[in-house]
Formats: sequence, C-alpha cells, structure tokens
Amino acid sequence: MDDLLREFITETNESLDVVDVELVKFEQEPNNATILDNIFRLVHTIKGTCGFLGLPRLEGIAHAAETLMGKFRDGAPVTQEAVSLILISIDQIKDILQELEAAEGEEPQGDDSELIGKLEDMSAKADVAMAGGGEAEAEVVDETPAAEEAEEVSEEENPEQTLERPLRPGEVSLDELERAFQETEIEVEIAEVAPIEAEDMADEIDEPAPAPVAAKVEAKPEPSKAVAAKKAGGDGGEKKAAGGGVSNQSIRVAVDTLEHLMTMVSELVLTRNQLLEIVRRHEDSEFKVPLQRLSNVTAELQEGVMATRMQPIGNAWQKLPRIVRDLSQELAKPIELEMIGADTELDRQVLEMIKDPLTHMVRNSADHGLERPEERRAAGKPEKGIITLAAYHEGGHIIIEVRDDGKGIDVEKVKAKVLERGLATEAEFEKMTDSQIHKFIFHAGFSTAAEVTSVSGRGVGMDVVRNNIELIGGTVDLRSATGKGSSFIIKIPLTLAIVSTLIVEASGDRFAIPQLSVVELVRVQTNSEHRIERIKDTPVLRLRNKLLPLVHLSQLLGIYEGEDADQAIDADNGFIVVMQVGSQTFGVVVDGVFHTEEIVVKPMSTMLRALDMFSGNTILGDGSVIMIIDPNGIAGAMASHASSAVAESQEDEQEDLQRKAMSGQNAISLLLFRAGAPEPKAVPLSLVTRLEEFEVSKIERSNGRDLVQYRGSLMPLVYVNEGDCHKTEGTQPMLVFSDSGRSMGLVVDEIVDIVEDRMNIEVGSERPGVLGSAVVKERATEIIDLGYYLPQAFEDWFMRKEMDIEALTKKVLFVDDSSFFRNMLTPVLKAAGYDVTTCTGPQQAFDLLENGDKFHAIVSDIEMPEINGFEFCESLRRDPRFRNIPILALSSMVTPASIERGRQAGFDDYVAKFDRPGLIAALKDVFSNELGAAA
Amino acid sequence: MSVLENKVNGDAGAASDTIQYVTVVIGGQLFGLPISQVHDVFVPESVTRVPMSAPEVQGVLNLRGRIVTAINMRRRLHLPPLEDEQMMAVGIEYKQESYGLVIDTVGEVLTLPAASAEPNPSNLDRRWAEISGGVHRLDGQLMVILDVDRLLGALFTEPMAAA
Repeated sequence: MDDLLREFITETNESLDVVDVELVKFEQEPNNATILDNIFRLVHTIKGTCGFLGLPRLEGIAHAAETLMGKFRDGAPVTQEAVSLILISIDQIKDILQELEAAEGEEPQGDDSELIGKLEDMSAKADVAMAGGGEAEAEVVDETPAAEEAEEVSEEENPEQTLERPLRPGEVSLDELERAFQETEIEVEIAEVAPIEAEDMADEIDEPAPAPVAAKVEAKPEPSKAVAAKKAGGDGGEKKAAGGGVSNQSIRVAVDTLEHLMTMVSELVLTRNQLLEIVRRHEDSEFKVPLQRLSNVTAELQEGVMATRMQPIGNAWQKLPRIVRDLSQELAKPIELEMIGADTELDRQVLEMIKDPLTHMVRNSADHGLERPEERRAAGKPEKGIITLAAYHEGGHIIIEVRDDGKGIDVEKVKAKVLERGLATEAEFEKMTDSQIHKFIFHAGFSTAAEVTSVSGRGVGMDVVRNNIELIGGTVDLRSATGKGSSFIIKIPLTLAIVSTLIVEASGDRFAIPQLSVVELVRVQTNSEHRIERIKDTPVLRLRNKLLPLVHLSQLLGIYEGEDADQAIDADNGFIVVMQVGSQTFGVVVDGVFHTEEIVVKPMSTMLRALDMFSGNTILGDGSVIMIIDPNGIAGAMASHASSAVAESQEDEQEDLQRKAMSGQNAISLLLFRAGAPEPKAVPLSLVTRLEEFEVSKIERSNGRDLVQYRGSLMPLVYVNEGDCHKTEGTQPMLVFSDSGRSMGLVVDEIVDIVEDRMNIEVGSERPGVLGSAVVKERATEIIDLGYYLPQAFEDWFMRKEMDIEALTKKVLFVDDSSFFRNMLTPVLKAAGYDVTTCTGPQQAFDLLENGDKFHAIVSDIEMPEINGFEFCESLRRDPRFRNIPILALSSMVTPASIERGRQAGFDDYVAKFDRPGLIAALKDVFSNELGAAA
Repeated sequence: MSVLENKVNGDAGAASDTIQYVTVVIGGQLFGLPISQVHDVFVPESVTRVPMSAPEVQGVLNLRGRIVTAINMRRRLHLPPLEDEQMMAVGIEYKQESYGLVIDTVGEVLTLPAASAEPNPSNLDRRWAEISGGVHRLDGQLMVILDVDRLLGALFTEPMAAA
C-alpha cells in the first residue's frame, strides 16, 4: 500500500467521524448553512480523492450522498429519513475503507447499487418536495467533473477564510485546502479522464455495473453485514488520529515512534533516579549541580513526551452523538447529549480503554436511566431527556461523569432483582444503605431493565464496565436520586506508564503498592486507639466504626517464614495499608512502610505474567528491582482468604453480639475449679458474676447457714457437696452468682483455670448438682448444674423476703431444646416466683397446650431443631386460644433483624439468653401490661 | 529444531558444519549453550524474589537497566543448591525478553562439529532430557547441549496449564 493511499485512508476516516457528528447536529438545526457546508465539503473531498485514486465504489456512494446533500443545501426539507440514509452511506464508506486497508489498497468487490438507488430516490423526492425548483437542482446533480471540483473548492474557501474559530479535530485546514486546490490544478490534464469516469458513474448508477456478475450473489448480503459492523468500522481511523488536530500546526507521527520515545524517556527517568540516589549518599559531590540540571531536563522531557501521548477525551466521545441519535430514534425518547470538558487530555492508552465502557454507560443511561416522554411529562420534567458527559482533572486523576436526569435507580427493583438472583438476602438488605444497594448493579449478571431491549438489558453490562475501568486502575462510583437522575463517576489515572506507589516491606522483601488504591495508612500499637482484634482466628481492624478484614501481605504472597501463617499479624505492632478496590475495603498488614515513589511500570516477562498478584515490576532509585502489587489481584485473593461476611458486618455492637452468639454455640468460656474432690469441675464463666476470696473469719453462721456480709447484705454460702465445710483458716475462694440483686456464694477449694472450649456433655449424670461430664482441657470434668444450687440459696432468701403472691400464681411455659439452658434458666424463673413448666421442644409444648394446661406466659428459645421459635410462635398465634398469651423469645442471636423477625412472628418481647435480669424484667412487663389491660 | 538453526547461525568464523558452544558447569556436569544465544555472562546480584512464581524462578534483577528474570538451573535440574559459593549467570534473549540462567561456573568456548552430536541416551533422567538437545563426547567427559527454547518454552506453558 503506498503512502498516498495510507494517508488517504487515515484522513478520510477522520473526516467521516466529523461528518457523523456534524450530521447529527445538522439534523437538529436544519437551517444551519455552515454545518451543511462543512459536511458537504468533507464528503466532496472524499469523493474527489476517491476518483483521483481510482476507487470507483467509494466514489459512487460518496457521489450519491453528496447529491442528496446538495438538495438540502438548495433548500429541500431535511427529513430524519434522509439523514439516516446518509449516515448509512457513511457507514458503508467506512466499511469499504476498512476492507481497503486490510486488503492493502485493493478496493473490495461489492455492490452498492441498492444504497445508491435509495440515495437517488431520496434526491428525487427532495426534488419533488422543493416547490418549482426542479431546473436549477438538476444542474447541481450533474456538476461533478473534476475540473469544476477545483473551482468549487476555491469557492467554498471564501466563507471559510473569515471563519474565526479553531478547527475541529479532523477538519481540513485552510492550508490543506490550498494544497488540494493547487494539486487539482496541476492535474488539469487528467481532468479529461475524470468527466468520462463521472459519466460512467452516472450510467452505472442505474444498473449494478462495477462488480463482476459472478461476485454479485455473494456481495448482496454485504450492506446488512456492513450495518452490523458499523461500530467496528470507524475504529481504524481513530487509532491513527495521533495529534487530535487541535491546531493546524501539527504533523502526523506514528504511534509506535511515540511509544518508543516514551520507553526511552522512562529509562532516562530511572537512570536519573539511580544517579540521584548515588549522589544522596555522597554529601559533597561535584556532580550535584549538573545532576540537578539533568534532573530538571529529564522531568521536562518526560512531561513533554507524556504530552504527545495525551489526547483530548473528546476523541473517545466522538461517536457518542451518533449513538445517542440512533438510540433516541430506536427507543422513541428525545435525548440531548451534553458534553462538557471534551478537551480534557489523558493518555491515549487510557483513552482506548475507556472508550467502550463509556459508550456502554451512555447507552445504559439512555435506555434504563431516562424515562419515556410521557412519564417525564407526568413527572413535570421536560420531554427531552438530557445525558451529560463531563470530564475534568482532579489531583492526578481524571474524573469522567456520565449523568442523566432520568428517574434514578429504583431501589426496590434492584432489591427484588438481587433477591431473585440470590445475590443477597432480605436480612442483609436491612443493614444496607441505598447507595450500597445501588452498587449491586455492578454485579455480574445483573440488569434492571424490565425487558431485554436490543440496546441494553442483556445483563452483560455494568460489571464489564467496572472490570474494564478497574483494569486500568480506575474506580467507578454511582450516585442516584429517585426522580432526579443518576450519575456514574469514573476516576481514572492520567497515565498508566508512570505510577505513584507506596513502597512497603513484607518478610524482608520490598513491594510497591499503587497509591490509587491506598486509602490510608494505620499504625497499630498496643496502646493506640486502633487495635487488631480477632473474631475466632480472623484478624480484623476496628477503624471508625467499621470492621476491616486484615491479612498479612506475606501471607497473601505465601512468603511468610514463620511456623504458623496465622500468627503473621502481630497484634502489637505493624502498619496496615487500608486499600479500596471497587467496593471492597480491606487492610493489608505489612512489616514496614518506606516512602512513596513515582515509578515507571515495566511489564513482567512472559514467564511471570500469569501471576495475578503483580501488575509489573520496575527498577528503583537504588538499582534494585521491585515487584508492583496489583490491587485487583490482592482483592481477589483477599476475597477468597477472608470471608466476605466479616467485611460486611459493620456495627460494633452487632459484632459483639455475634461473638457472644458464637461462644454460645461453639466454644464457650468455662471456669475450672476444684471443690470437695480432686477431679476438676466446671461452670460456664458467663454465669459467674464474680470470683471472691473472703477471710475465713468473715464467714458467719446464722439460721443454720453459713453467710458472709457482701456489699451491704448477707450472702448465703452453698457447698458443692452436702456436708462440706469451709476452710478453717486463711481465705476462702468462692464463686459469686448474682441475679436481680440477689447473690449466692458457691464455696470452692481452688479456682484452677479459665478455658475456651466446646462444652459437649458426653456422659449425663443422675447425681443432683452435676449436669454431666465433659472433656475440658483433655480431662474429664464435671459440669456443675447451677440450677441445683441456686434454689438452695434462694429458698433461704425467700424465707426472709415478702413473697410476691401475685407472681407465684403465674404459670410459665419454658421451651428450649438445650438442657443446659433449661437447667440454667428454670431456677432463675422459679426464683423470680414463677411456676415453671419446661418443654424440650415446640412439639411437647403443643401437646401440653392441647391437653388444656393453662399458662400465663410462654418463654421460647429461637434456635431449635425441626420447628424453630418463629414458626412455633406463628402457629400459636394462628390459634385463637393462644392469640393473647404473652410469648417471649429467648435467643443467643440478638440482631435488629432477628428482633424484627420476632416481632413479625408475634413475640411480645425478645431477650438475649444471657440477659437473665432482662428476662425477668420482660416477664414482669408483659404481666403488668396484662393487668393494666384487664383493669 | 533450534540446533539446526544454530548450525546456520553459529558458524561466524568457523566452517559451516561446526557449532561454537559456551560451556557452563551445573552441579559438576558440563553443559554447552550455543554461543549465538549467549548475550553476556554476569554475577547475579541483589536478586528480588518473586513470590508465587515457579520454583525455578530465582527472581528478577537489574542488569544494566534491563529487568532480567533469573532462572536457577540447579533447581530446574533438581540438584541441591550450591552452598556458600558465588554463582554465575548466563544472559540470554528469548522472544525479545531477557533471561539469566543461574549456573555454577562458566567454562570456555568450544568449537565442535555438528555431526558429532548424539541424541540423548534413552535412560537420561526425564527432567534432564526435557531440556537437553543432545550430547557431545569430549575427551574424558560428556557435554550436554542445553536447549534454551525447550528450557524456557516449558516454563512458559507451565503456568498456563496450571491456570
């Protein structure tokens, strides 16, 4: 392919892009002669050059399109249909150009007669439409010979020269016109050939001539294929648009040359950094001054070369007006596209990467975001929807905003969809803010469009957009206000070549973390407000009311050198790099943090490219190579490393409760002690109020019982085995159990230990006072039944206190599948004066109730096998006999969501299992309410 | 195939049917690398580990401003690591990227007739056979021809297969 042709293809592609944009504009203001002239001239130039280069197919289409546009210029009414037709022609030209480029200058075979015929028809219609102007137009149709072309160009030039505005990208500059003009003049001799060609064309227009008959059959489907491929069609040209054509003082440079230049400058920067590092070590170096200059020059050079790679973002937006126009027709929604900051520049590499996501987002806004005209009218908005594209610099980043003034994101719809797809549960929604719910639209396979349209709604959308943006180290955020519209905010780095990074150390190696994903650094020390805590074995950081999952970098990278990788995180000392990747926030623990450094990313060798933890490597100022962490890779590993549930639990309170719940179900703190016998005994620590030691002399005997004065009242002492007695000298340790202001001291010989263990009673016991035996710390241990000892103390206590006659008459049904809690709480309830009947499950409770046993209240556990507490309560409430009986829920899981669930099921109150005073208070409450209601 | 290529390439001053080899020693065994493929010989210093990479990748290092991926040949050949001795490295280019083969010592340059190369003995350790392009019988010892394409090619495909 010769240079001339190459140049032609590049230029024509650029011109066509401009024509695209201009045509859409023209359709909106059909009376703007300047725009029309512009388009006309561009198409005309294309046609002229095609003729000159001997490309009959292109010339044919361009000619027919030009003719039609000529009609507009002469005053024919501009119809949408006609503009669409011209746009299709432009697409066809683009397709042919692309094939032409691929075929190294060989014009592809094909038949455009159908298209040309349509254009002709349209021209004829335009003729008819123009009242009585037939004669003059006929001339315009015919005036094509190359000889006249020159004149025409020069004519066009006159108004152009007075035009006082910068040329748009791709627009032909005056100089070029001048050149074209002169060239055409020189070619006057060839002009003889041109008219003949033009005449041929005129003949060919009616019958499909240029294509050989044989090729006709296979060529037929081409136009439709061409339309399908029209998006791809324009790309070839734009990639070549290097300088953006903002000024007419520009030259065309191959992208490869620029890339090479950039690489060399990057090398220079690295070398400079190395030199600076050396000089820094030698205080009084004579190199210092010249090096400073070198440094400055390098910095400027770097800036300069970077600038050559910069392109206005408008280049990526070029196709959007056309797309929006087509969408507007297809969806029957009037849409206006507003573009702000099109001259904001960014690296061409980045530009290429965001082109497609941007297009997708604009489509989305048009399809999902904007309402139908009638809806808009009903909402009191102008019928025409507005999509705004805005770009601006902020810090080292470019912010691109895609905004629409549509209906905003419907939270309920998103919720319904999320539930349908099983991406989250109702309970999880309870904890989420609207903006968190909005973010679900970035999930894979998500689409809120009620029906799948040809435009969008296929569910391969926003997640791909997000992935593409994250691939270049960017982030995408979403803001939406119901009824007012939504906006997507994309934050991307200016360039990919140079990255600002944070240098950290893990297990003796240094790594670079891109600053873009680093939110903050947290120093952890024993006494500081930020502490590393553990939920089971998962380390988390409590940071401003948020829980961040933590993982040590060396653990992620598998380079931890110690024995147990879980111990990598030292709770007392360390740096936490808080990173945000997409919606995921997490903490990466490192051993040290050095400094930030601007580094030039070098690709890793092919052999290492499969490692997704690293995005590249580079040479630092001191000459050593460092690996650059890929935040996306880390986030991915993090997600599989730590359960995402941890990341989502946000409220501290909730976390505490969850921990409690965990201890109830799994490991539980047990207090080990010895009393009366050498074998260890245990009691759940949560039941013990205090551990006390009393001087033996303080123990008094009264009314046949041992007592101590404790906190201003007498506390009865109970012995584990009947007949035991307290020590005779020294101090006497005891476990104090307190409940609603009453205390009991359980006398023990020795407190052994506090252990975390699963309380799994393996051997039951018939002996009073012992629940059974369990293996604790690898020793068989008796689990004390507190339910046996509490009444021993309380009986005595009741004797001295006025009995609550009223309360005694209340019968309470207590349902719990766990014998431990039955045994623990029954005495508590009894002690409070209730007549307690226990059931091991809802089924037994149903049987009792069916038998006609009357209860004043029911206390039920929630977590039970077969029928859970909620179901139990719901079925009770369905029965009219039990509709008004107070039912209390008792659960180890107390979250706002579960309380709400309990309320819905019909529970009167919801109490935590460990909250014994709360249970008593709640019972009192329901009875006093009942009394109040009865009175 | 690469051996055939080297026959053509490696004959700078010699007759067309001889190949020049740079000899290296790995774990006491003499190996030969076609001289056309060897760019330089250097001492691998301040090698940066690359976590999660293949075991034979010793790391990356800066060689005159280029980032070189160092491959530990002892690990590749499943030999015990060299204790307390300075290792050497041979710089090679493969598919426009720089690699360094970390070996024990570098020997001399030998010019050998291509015809005297013999195929791998069938009982050669499979892990060795994978990277050996044949054997030359020298006086008193054997020289294994190190086939760079096969050596690095295998490393390239491995992570792919794993993924």
